[in-house]
Amino acid sequence: MVAESSTKLISVTLRVWRQAGPNQAGRFVEYKAKNCNPNMSFLEMLDVVNDELVSKGEEPIAFAHDCREGICGTCSLVIDGKPHGPHRGIASCQTYMRSFEDGAVITVEPFRAKPFPVVKDLITDRSAFDKIQQAGGFISIRTGAAPDANSIPVPKENADLAMDAAACIGCGACVAACKNASAMLFVSAKVSQLSLMPQGQPERDTRVLNMVAKMDELGFGNCTNQYECSAACPKLISHDFIARMNKDYLAASFRSAFRVKSNAASGAAG
Amino acid sequence: MAKLESKIPSGPLADKWRKHKAEIKLVNPANKRKYEVIVVGGGLAGSSAAATLSELGYKVKCFVFHDTPRRAHSIAAQGGINAAKNYQNDGDSVYRLFYDTIKGGDYRAREANVHRLAEVSVNIIDQCAAQGVPFAREYGGLLANRSFGGAQVSRTFYARGQTGQQLLLGAYSALMKQAGAGAVEILPNEEMLDLVIVDGQAKGIISRNLISGEIRRWSADAVVLATGGYGNVFNLSTYARQSNGTAIWRAYKRGACFANPCYTQIHPTCIPVSGDYQSKLTLMSESLRNDGRIWVPKKKEDCKKDPNTIPEEDRDYYLERIYPSFGNLAPRDVSSRAAKRMCDEGRGVGETGLGVYLDFSDAIKRLGEAGVRERYGNLFDIYHEITNESAYKTPMRIYPAVHYTMGGLWVDYNLMSNIPGLFVLGEANFSDHGANRLGASALMQGLADGYFVLPYTIGDYLATQKPGSRPKTDNPAFKEAEENVTSINNRLLNTKGRHPVSYFHKRLGQIMWNYCGMARTREGLEKALQEIPALREEFWSDVRVPGSADTLNQSLEQAGRVADFMELGELMCRDALAREESCGGHFREEYQYPDGECKRDDEKFAHVAAWEYQGPDKTPLRNVEDLNYEFVKMSVRSYK
Repeated sequence: MVAESSTKLISVTLRVWRQAGPNQAGRFVEYKAKNCNPNMSFLEMLDVVNDELVSKGEEPIAFAHDCREGICGTCSLVIDGKPHGPHRGIASCQTYMRSFEDGAVITVEPFRAKPFPVVKDLITDRSAFDKIQQAGGFISIRTGAAPDANSIPVPKENADLAMDAAACIGCGACVAACKNASAMLFVSAKVSQLSLMPQGQPERDTRVLNMVAKMDELGFGNCTNQYECSAACPKLISHDFIARMNKDYLAASFRSAFRVKSNAASGAAG
Repeated sequence: MAKLESKIPSGPLADKWRKHKAEIKLVNPANKRKYEVIVVGGGLAGSSAAATLSELGYKVKCFVFHDTPRRAHSIAAQGGINAAKNYQNDGDSVYRLFYDTIKGGDYRAREANVHRLAEVSVNIIDQCAAQGVPFAREYGGLLANRSFGGAQVSRTFYARGQTGQQLLLGAYSALMKQAGAGAVEILPNEEMLDLVIVDGQAKGIISRNLISGEIRRWSADAVVLATGGYGNVFNLSTYARQSNGTAIWRAYKRGACFANPCYTQIHPTCIPVSGDYQSKLTLMSESLRNDGRIWVPKKKEDCKKDPNTIPEEDRDYYLERIYPSFGNLAPRDVSSRAAKRMCDEGRGVGETGLGVYLDFSDAIKRLGEAGVRERYGNLFDIYHEITNESAYKTPMRIYPAVHYTMGGLWVDYNLMSNIPGLFVLGEANFSDHGANRLGASALMQGLADGYFVLPYTIGDYLATQKPGSRPKTDNPAFKEAEENVTSINNRLLNTKGRHPVSYFHKRLGQIMWNYCGMARTREGLEKALQEIPALREEFWSDVRVPGSADTLNQSLEQAGRVADFMELGELMCRDALAREESCGGHFREEYQYPDGECKRDDEKFAHVAAWEYQGPDKTPLRNVEDLNYEFVKMSVRSYK
């Protein structure tokens, strides 16, 4: 049964993007991955290819990875043109060799987007996401100042929807999949999670305005409603959150234009 | 010999922490900004500590080897976080959480630390809820709970199967808030490679920037390590591939005592190994054991057969047979060892013979396939993704895997190591779980340490340091530490042997798994203590690390970590050999009751073993901190 079919080994040819550094030209280099067990993960296949390269004294292929169970958001391969590979709803690390035919030629590239410059080979710099988060992806509460958790009831449907948004692993596949390199899915997931809960209301307007402004400043493009982002998302986060954020953004823009500010807000206390 | 002063406050158990907080020294607000604190690690403990310390006014630098703190492996914790809220009105209390944790740890943790953990557990839930962590809710909008192993109350808070992710993102959001305000400096892609000691106190670190390769010196008034556990010494584990013990190991080599290194947790329900290329083992949540039945064939010759063709009478539901009252819900350590025994008898299943069945056919009969899907659908999907098998049609194959390390750097009640100024939090320290950790307690401890313990206790140390007195990085101690790091890296690069790092890591993992895994013997451990030094010698003469030190070089990063595991593994075996008893995750075959349960020796071993480095190739010193149980009576841990 399973044991027999799973032992038929396959061999594939990899066309891998190699680039020594951010300002150097890159190119595709071919490697053979021979006799792969189909139960091997794609990253394990790269491990084996790398060990062979090292044994021959060559530089291994640099790629980002860590948890290898689809939750840390580190892995970030474009496999045959698709961020995170051929299957929906999984990260690169959850792609297995059984997804490929014996003899296949597989193209492996880094996430490609202007705000994610290549660091080396298949590794990109995604620090722009941290900067967006610093612009407002939080609730301003100090440690120790929180009221009893049950004093803030959250309707179950809101909590569930907030959790759908919060499942984002911050990998950046949404940006890589978008022809405009838009980060709208990422930002809208963060904005929606907090705006769906009572805890997030006091800073609701400033949060969405500041995060969107930072996103624009960092060079991410606009959304043109093609939803490649949701299709590439390893957690299948819905593009509905983008609509939700747009609504929040519009309302916040109006309110901020007509807001009456307290005089005390500009002066120091006491 | 190191001085191990636990600094446990006097007085009744329930008053110790309150009293301690009232009595320890404070740093006045205007002085706080004059102190610099280095936090290494950005997981639950590190992020929560860095954010909270900076809120208090300290100048904080947070170092992570990942590209962002949000990638730390706390993110992968599935089940939940315990807290003594008693929201379910089922009789929970701080005392009960304390007692369950002490008992779960097989009476090898400090009473005072564990009680404090249970006390602050309630504040953690408040804090996280206020941050916007989307905990599971009931229809009335209040928080939901579920039950977990080792407890008779429902006290586990959760966010679907991604509780660790959500708590980490909460702590990360607090950290981002502080970083955006300029109160914390985050140093991503920066790996700590040595600790700097000036006049006997921890005053800085040496790091390597993983992108540029640059070695850098950092001085501070105190150093906090929150760098996680060392389970990757086994090579295969549920840890992230890059989780490592380098920061704590290099601190050990600077004089910090390493406590109970042999206490490792082996989780019973993981997907078995499928081949020697394997890099990672994936956990299947313990909750599956609520409805799944575990079995192996009675006859060895049935092991390779399609399990669905094996008739009922030829199946051995061994947990139900051996532990009739607890059955498939026997505790983690007991279940893991039983699976190993079955496989050792030659009745393991799957291609490698290292697996047992977790069968849902009875549950499907009872609940229907849709019912099972509703409860466990996402886990069945993960299983299918990895194995290409449907657990609705054929039983899952599972096997135990390394999951957590209870041991770690020794700390006192203030979470300070025996090196003044060096604090250790979360899984990196040894303090709260004794010899076995209960489910949903790791997240609790990481956040307790970072949000609610260290921010108070670090003041007690900093108040003794003159503001502005931290050494400059041109101090000779920094130069010496930097040279140490450079020489290790150069040695690795210049060996130019035949084999990649993984070749040695796999072999080390085999030795550790065979002799220092689920069941240990004097004979096996002595063998390991022969084999590991030999392997280490081979490593240093035959490892191949390509490239150079002045650029991004993942082989070099991995080589340094594995070099440290080669030494740490030996210490684990040494500790396991010296501890002539069985307790929690440490099972010595020589010390067991006739029914296979752990036989503790409270007369001789009711203590913490804190190992002290004595120099290369010298036997480390085994210091002892006695565990005095004033409030709980030590008894045989039974779940029957």
